[in-house]
Amino acid sequence: MSALHDLSLREAAARVRRREISATELARDAFARIAAVDGRVGAFLTLDEAGALATAAAVDRRVAAGEDPGPLGGVPIGVKDIICTAGLRTTAGSRILERFVPSYDATVTARLRRAGAVIVGKLNCDEFAMGSSTENSALGTTRNPWDGARVPGGSSGGSGAAVAARECHAALGTDTGGSVRLPAAFCGVAGMKPTYGRVSRYGVIAYASSLDQVGPIAREVADVAVVLEAIAGHDLADSTASPRPVPSYAAALEGSVRGLRLGLPREYFVEGMQPDVERGVRAAVAELERLGAAVEPVSLPHTEYAIATYYLIATAEASSNLARYDGIRYGLREPRPALTEMYEATRAAGFGAEVKRRIMLGTYALSAGYYDAYYLKAQQVRTLIRRDFQLALARCDALVTPVAPTTAFRLGEKTADPLTMYLSDIFTISVNLAGLPALALPCGFDGAGLPIGLQVIGRPFDEATVLRIGHAYEQATAWHRKGAPL
Amino acid sequence: MSALEPVIGLEVHAELLTRSKIFCACTAEFGGPPNTNVCPVCTGMPGVLPVLNRRVVEFAIRAGLATHCAIAPSSRFARKNYFYPDLPKGYQISMYEAPICTGGWLDVLLDGGTKRIGLTRIHMEEDTGKNIHDAHGDASLVDFNRSSVPLLEIVSEPDMRTVAEAGAYLRMLRSILMYLEICDGNMEEGSFRCDANVSVRPVGQAAFGTKVEIKNMNSFRAVEKAITFEIARQTDALAAGERIVQETRLWDADREETRSMRKKEYADDYRYFPEPDLLPLVVEPAWVADVRATMPELPSARRDRFTRDHGLSPYDADVLTQRKDVADYFEAGVAAGAAPKEMANWVMTELLRMVREDKLDRALVIREWPLTAEQLAGLARLVQAGTINRNTAKSLIPRLRGTSRTPDELVAAEGLAQVSDRGAIERAVADVIARHPTQAAEFRAGKDRVVGFLVGQVMKATGGKANPQLVQELLRAALTG
Amino acid sequence: MAITREEVRRIAALARLLLDPADEERLTADLDHILEAFARLSTLDTSAVEPTAQVEEDRTAFRDDVAANPPASEALLANAPARDGRFFRVPKIIE
Repeated sequence: MSALHDLSLREAAARVRRREISATELARDAFARIAAVDGRVGAFLTLDEAGALATAAAVDRRVAAGEDPGPLGGVPIGVKDIICTAGLRTTAGSRILERFVPSYDATVTARLRRAGAVIVGKLNCDEFAMGSSTENSALGTTRNPWDGARVPGGSSGGSGAAVAARECHAALGTDTGGSVRLPAAFCGVAGMKPTYGRVSRYGVIAYASSLDQVGPIAREVADVAVVLEAIAGHDLADSTASPRPVPSYAAALEGSVRGLRLGLPREYFVEGMQPDVERGVRAAVAELERLGAAVEPVSLPHTEYAIATYYLIATAEASSNLARYDGIRYGLREPRPALTEMYEATRAAGFGAEVKRRIMLGTYALSAGYYDAYYLKAQQVRTLIRRDFQLALARCDALVTPVAPTTAFRLGEKTADPLTMYLSDIFTISVNLAGLPALALPCGFDGAGLPIGLQVIGRPFDEATVLRIGHAYEQATAWHRKGAPL
Repeated sequence: MSALEPVIGLEVHAELLTRSKIFCACTAEFGGPPNTNVCPVCTGMPGVLPVLNRRVVEFAIRAGLATHCAIAPSSRFARKNYFYPDLPKGYQISMYEAPICTGGWLDVLLDGGTKRIGLTRIHMEEDTGKNIHDAHGDASLVDFNRSSVPLLEIVSEPDMRTVAEAGAYLRMLRSILMYLEICDGNMEEGSFRCDANVSVRPVGQAAFGTKVEIKNMNSFRAVEKAITFEIARQTDALAAGERIVQETRLWDADREETRSMRKKEYADDYRYFPEPDLLPLVVEPAWVADVRATMPELPSARRDRFTRDHGLSPYDADVLTQRKDVADYFEAGVAAGAAPKEMANWVMTELLRMVREDKLDRALVIREWPLTAEQLAGLARLVQAGTINRNTAKSLIPRLRGTSRTPDELVAAEGLAQVSDRGAIERAVADVIARHPTQAAEFRAGKDRVVGFLVGQVMKATGGKANPQLVQELLRAALTG
Repeated sequence: MAITREEVRRIAALARLLLDPADEERLTADLDHILEAFARLSTLDTSAVEPTAQVEEDRTAFRDDVAANPPASEALLANAPARDGRFFRVPKIIE
């Protein structure tokens, strides 16, 4: 085994720094791997081999000159196609931006570059990040590397799949209601949604402004920590980005979980969960106890209202955020002689069914006569959901839950009824509503060999504790060592 | 039907004189080729975010303090959602439920005294780009240079009852914003815009009538004409038994009437909600105190001071203090020795005429005057002293313009001093009476008016330099004696 | 019925989405189904609860009033679906 693409991110970066391998070799290996497997996985929408090799060459020159290549120096990384990359097509998985090339980088993209990362390409996602399976992408189908007939999760399905298929050492995704954690769980890798405001949203195509966050996906928790540290921190271009200093997440990983108090929310162990999933998560909890953590039951009583709350707030914000896709300044335009017809035809042709559904729902929730009953009400219930977490996290250092009620489902299985799809998010969305940090990592496999995801939820800006718990569990169990059979 | 009274409210949008736009670092200055003062943020590109310009908030606080508003310790931006090509994001970032300033007022001077007009609110928002129709008429062209330039929206209470009150309020508000140096007050160029809400109701009724919004008034005169027209239209309609439809009407400056806008199938629903990309705006008392400490003397205070200290009529003081630079000019003239009433006269007639003709008042602060305050004061002093008469003084203005000569120099150099020598005038008077016996007889017969003709003849005979009061005096004496 | 077809038409117009009759029917059914499921929210007493304004606490983020050279505007115009020189060209706006 031990091809270059099998190396962890930290190991790859260390070898580049030690001059044992070159960035160019790493990049070439990544593209060879992509060529070998992406036909089956479909993770990438756009590849940038020329750009990647140029960046790799620059890294190699810096290393040769004795300069520090950066914490991600030379490492091939993929970027979800909802994050802007200057000069490289950015589509948000949508026809309406199918040919859009931004002239600017997202802040996270610029930070990856500054850290020496080699961006290999753009990863498939549900259109405008709306979905839980990546089946809503208008531009391609991504398959779960563990079973090609199954979904990789969504909306950052390309990111989860690419990392699981070892096409890159890490990927950036975005998480609004679980879109980093669900693909991580379904694809058997680690993924983190940071605290809201921990990472800049500038240049990240907006779905729901008060919920979106960029998060890293990688094969190991320690790799997630390194990427997070590189992209996190204050940004003058994003008013909602926190000025709090970024601790060294990598340094925070070592440390025992002994004495930590972990809460198990009773509302997250529901009927209708796949039995293997419940078994896997409870076993993980037992393992954490064995490692010295104290586990206690907690209650998050407003959990049952979370789906409605999320889907009203997120779609309301999205209906407004997507108004700019009007055919005037960029993107698709369906030419018509009159303006209103042009708007309507462009948006009808450019947006897929799920996006239209959410725009309609969100517009309705904000409309005159309904604002109080829907949007305002949802924001009030959001406060109640946040309070539930505040109370639980006053007693506990973190909460432990499943990521999803099932493992990866089949392509086409949940597309008939939108509500069925929305229910996949049931354990992840409250975390976005509360703005908390949460990590997903593998905790076993079900009877069909599909990965089961464990979620660790922490206090605001306490990514360090969450990562520490995840790292300790991961190192004690080694689920992450089993790779997808590709 | 009982007498109807108009009820008028005014909504002003003032473009702010910041260096950069409200949410991005593009220049806020007017001009430049189309789509050059633009960036991803103010053109609504995917993924961009707004960041608030602190100076815009400072200007809003200034405006709020000057109009006695309460400054909210916490306020919130909100999205106003609608589709239009000049609105790049498909929403305008404005403020809705929680504006920064509320509950203010200002006093306006009217013929009968002063009236207090209430201000409902002041808030900040971004301007849109501009649509222009292309030459062939089948398309529109959009320029985003103006997109995201900061605006203050200032909404009055429906406290005005006459067109005069509306005009006075608008002028006072504009003066205040110009004194604060936050807006250059230019209606013609669009940096100071006004929409009016007009309704009528029976005198004595508490409930308001149906209000109609009037837009597209591009000058003070247009505002006055449009409101006048609309009041008449509504009055006539009600007298004819019709109902007033709540709607927006546009002022048509060519036809001089308001007309309905095209009806849309579904009414606009702006779906306001709090802007999630911006944090709540926190304004601490210390900041408000800092701004308060830098406030200049405001127009009404200056006007009152002019009335007290310079003995001017309230009307004259009002005209002189509408612009701070004019008020400063006036006071510089007084400091240079001109009597206040005389200086006021010269400023209000000659100086302001030239300023308007040359469109100098388009600038926030006039720096180059046609005549300096010292020059105009010099003319005023010469007239006060009787050295030259008013007509002579007026004739010197074009000759002083753009030069550094003083009136004293010019008068001395050309011997323009008024003839006040009684003997010389008596001789001229005698001469004129002798040459115009008919008119002299008419005067003696009781036709007093004819003295004007005879005075004119004496002025002509003395090359226009005789002291007119003395001519009158001596002429009458000679005619009756 | 949580939402009628007429309301769906009105919302589609507000959102500038062109819906054919089949879309309208499908969306009316979908939205109705979803909104019925959300009806539970109305049973919660939130009379004393503040809506979440922002997940962050009390600070405001500002920029200084400095005009910086904007990035090359040609790059922004380059994405235009239709141009006329330096203008974005759009179908006629009927007033």
